[in-house]
Amino acid sequence: MTDENPEYDLLIVGGGNAALCAALTANEQGARVLIVESAPPEFRGGNSRHTRNMRRMNAAYLEDEYWNDLRQVTGGETDEQLARMTIRSSAEAGAWMTSHGVRFQPSLTGTLHLGRTNEFFLGGGKALLNSYYETARKRGIRVMYNTEVVSLDICNGLFESATALVGGSPLELRAKAVVFAAGGFEANIEWLKEAWGDGAENFLIRGTPYNNGKVLKLLLDAGVQPVGDPKQCHAVAIDGRAPKFDGGIVTRLDCVPLGIVVNREGSRFYDEGEELWPKRYAIWGRLVAQQAGQIAWSLIDSKVVGRFMPSVFPAIRANSIAELAVKLGLPVDAMEATVRNFNASVRPGRFDHTVLDDCRTEGLTPPKSHWAQALDTPPFLGYPLRPGITFTYLSVKVNEQAQIVMKDGNCARNLFAAGEIMAGNILGKGYLAGFGMTIGTAFGRIAGKEAARAAL
Amino acid sequence: MPPSERSALMQEGDRLMTICNSCRYCEGYCAVFPAMERRLEFPDGDLNYLANLCHNCTDCLSACQYAPPHEFAVDVPKILAEIRRKSYIEYARPIGLLSGPAVAAIVIVLAALGLIFTPHTSGGDFYAAIPHGVMVAIFGIAGLLVLVALAVALNRLWKDQGGLQPRLSAFTRMFRDATTLKYLSSPARRLFHHFTFYGFLLCFASTCVAAFYDNVLGWKAPYAYSSVPVVLGTLGGIGLIVGPIGLLRWRQAGIGLPFISMLLATGLTGFALMIFRNTGAMAPLLGVHLAVVLALFITLPYSKFVHGIYRSAALFRYALEQRD
Repeated sequence: MTDENPEYDLLIVGGGNAALCAALTANEQGARVLIVESAPPEFRGGNSRHTRNMRRMNAAYLEDEYWNDLRQVTGGETDEQLARMTIRSSAEAGAWMTSHGVRFQPSLTGTLHLGRTNEFFLGGGKALLNSYYETARKRGIRVMYNTEVVSLDICNGLFESATALVGGSPLELRAKAVVFAAGGFEANIEWLKEAWGDGAENFLIRGTPYNNGKVLKLLLDAGVQPVGDPKQCHAVAIDGRAPKFDGGIVTRLDCVPLGIVVNREGSRFYDEGEELWPKRYAIWGRLVAQQAGQIAWSLIDSKVVGRFMPSVFPAIRANSIAELAVKLGLPVDAMEATVRNFNASVRPGRFDHTVLDDCRTEGLTPPKSHWAQALDTPPFLGYPLRPGITFTYLSVKVNEQAQIVMKDGNCARNLFAAGEIMAGNILGKGYLAGFGMTIGTAFGRIAGKEAARAAL
Repeated sequence: MPPSERSALMQEGDRLMTICNSCRYCEGYCAVFPAMERRLEFPDGDLNYLANLCHNCTDCLSACQYAPPHEFAVDVPKILAEIRRKSYIEYARPIGLLSGPAVAAIVIVLAALGLIFTPHTSGGDFYAAIPHGVMVAIFGIAGLLVLVALAVALNRLWKDQGGLQPRLSAFTRMFRDATTLKYLSSPARRLFHHFTFYGFLLCFASTCVAAFYDNVLGWKAPYAYSSVPVVLGTLGGIGLIVGPIGLLRWRQAGIGLPFISMLLATGLTGFALMIFRNTGAMAPLLGVHLAVVLALFITLPYSKFVHGIYRSAALFRYALEQRD
């Protein structure tokens, strides 16, 4: 079966921010565009629907500082030319976004540290997507939902067609060029297990279940050059009671540095007060993933309640450490010993959770370097922690025109990529808040423009 | 309050606000979200407060990553609308909200009385149809009862939502936010609401000026078409016809319909009276118009009218809290 209307210049695989930026840009170049989105309409938009802001270069945040931030978090796992291009284009991206319906709002309460560098979308990423989809609808861009691409006909770096499943039946989609903006593979547990072993069964996926990496795999199988660490993903520690997929922002827990974290044996395993939370947010996913059962518990006492962003799930409360241990299913004696040792090693200091204060432990392994206060004021509160996977780094290699690079080093003539599926070119490691949307917007627009040029 | 004693509706409101509080993406839409963020827990009174800040514009629902069919099933405007409706009933105990048929029955009874007791006169002199003293007595008593009922409701609201020390600056801000509909995002809806609200005020002003003419200056109605009461009443009447018709598109779960219909009926019968005031139809029209106005009056505390007072109270609280 072939599509009843095969006359598209450009096929866009994916339906998130990068896909829509590409579609709108290509449409403005005169290309007839078809978007195929594997999710149903209510879950369209990939991980963009969970985003809230975008990192943007501005008069107070210039290119070199931005670049330095990126170089630091990636430890050099980046491509300076592509990165600087992305950073520079973020300066004028705001005007383009606004002209396509996106509305911004002041920095959200509790995000002061992002006020200088990031711009927040009014209503968040789903509102942004709604604006883009509405603009696309007005322009007559066709969107096919529940349409998953299952095979690609790519011959010597030339795209011929894609086959998608629509309601269980295959549909051949022909176009003169294609933009792949189908995300990473973080929702593919089997693939995660290749890197993490069976423990990956216990991972929670913070974003869309539709980022199953099938399109990425099809491209790699078709001889596209990979980039980024295939074994790595960005993992944070989130509330262990979060849903398996799509829990998004509300599942985060910001209380780790304010208390202690114990594993299933009731033992501490890492310095909870090593750094200010935003900088250490990302390492805790990995730390928890390394514990038995891929689970840990953050314990605080009532002194610090109200000093962190509330979690969506209520804390488990108890009036003694022993009672809390019972409620959490942890060994009582070990927990009591851990808290007793911790409390005994806390040195006096002036507690201030907003700076690296002088409250620390002495003679304790592992130490707690800051914000160490005795757990002594009931009720005591516990939150289960699990690794929450945000995104994966493995990507397809692209050039400055967003053109996909084949294994032999040649550029594919009519294959383009944008968004998370190519983000590993620029963000090969680490995390920079709001940078995913910057890459998606920059490369979505480039891919749309270049793909339209290749097609017309 | 232990969960077992809380209504399912309030528990759902609590659940949703807890989710919103850890997301906060909608902060910039309206006053509901910044007000919510000042809280860690959501007792019934606070939910009533938040519900009365909400205009049900649904901007937050379409932006919500947790909207149904997501398993969190977050639909804030829907739940806040239900809580708001319940707060209207709760504060207006024991009568609560009057249904459409009940309001219609009141209108019919009063109109019938109006027609029966209005002697036929051949136009011009309103007081020949209904004596001045009778009008003043009926509307004076009705007005007094309405004011008492509204004061009782407002007192209940203030106690339920927790008293705060009032400040003049907060009152000024509330007045500005309420009269400009600051947090109502839809321009069309705001326009039609302005027609309705200011139409209502103009009609009220017309009545006051007429009362002043009559009681202080001794000028007897009917007044000329170019006179202040007639001009104010005409402009107000236009507002009360255009506004309610436009607002029908946004009526909230049926509770607005009786009130909107009464405003519309007031505007329409008022115009009819003005046009036919010099004909034999004057007396019956006056009877019907005054019956409609009286019905509107006495049902005010038990109709959607109260939203203006409760929302203003919520905006007042909002202004007080924001400055704390």
